Amino acid sequence: MANTQAMTTSFMGELMTATHNFGTAPVRATGATDAFKAALYLTSATMNASSTAYTVTGEVSGTGYSAGGVAVTFGTPPTATNSSVTAGVAFVTPSASITYTTVTLATAFDAVLIYNSTQSNKAVSVHTFGSQTITAGTFTLTMPSNTTSTALIRLATT
Amino acid sequence: MALVTTTKGEMDDSLLEKKEGFVDNDNESTTWVEYWLDGELVHRSAHVALKKNVSSAVEAASFN
Repeated sequence: MANTQAMTTSFMGELMTATHNFGTAPVRATGATDAFKAALYLTSATMNASSTAYTVTGEVSGTGYSAGGVAVTFGTPPTATNSSVTAGVAFVTPSASITYTTVTLATAFDAVLIYNSTQSNKAVSVHTFGSQTITAGTFTLTMPSNTTSTALIRLATT
Repeated sequence: MALVTTTKGEMDDSLLEKKEGFVDNDNESTTWVEYWLDGELVHRSAHVALKKNVSSAVEAASFN
């Protein structure tokens, strides 16, 4: 037997469920899953890794679109999978497509911000795609498969 | 025949010109459909299938 330096994969999965707290934790009324939302951003916006929370600045606007976007469903809890004694992946993916139904978004947009609406709208991730406009139509974002390599949100050690 | 939601209300698609397209690259697979009436865009929908995830690498530091 030998010991191997590693970040435990279980820890990464538990980060996704707020099990560990090295600082000051937000006060939670229950242990229930937080609510998440998805907001769309114009091509002129600057959403990126430095984004800390949802903002109306640069968000799309138009008929049928409500500021803040739509709810995101995480029906499957995060999964943590080891691939070796040093490596593993914790991952999670929304369990349903994100859909904006019957909207008119005349100004081009190319990004979606997923954020935690339970915890002060704190940002989770930014995903970009080719520039789009929508006219009296529906915009749908379909999620990748929820696997170790394709899940939408991944924490990984190698 | 099918009804299409347009900027002018529900319209029979037989009255409209339909245009479709797609983009497929490493980041996304996207399809879109447009309906035009007398040169005016009256409906556009898009469906983006995301391929690329966001991933963060984490590590445990060594003492030496």
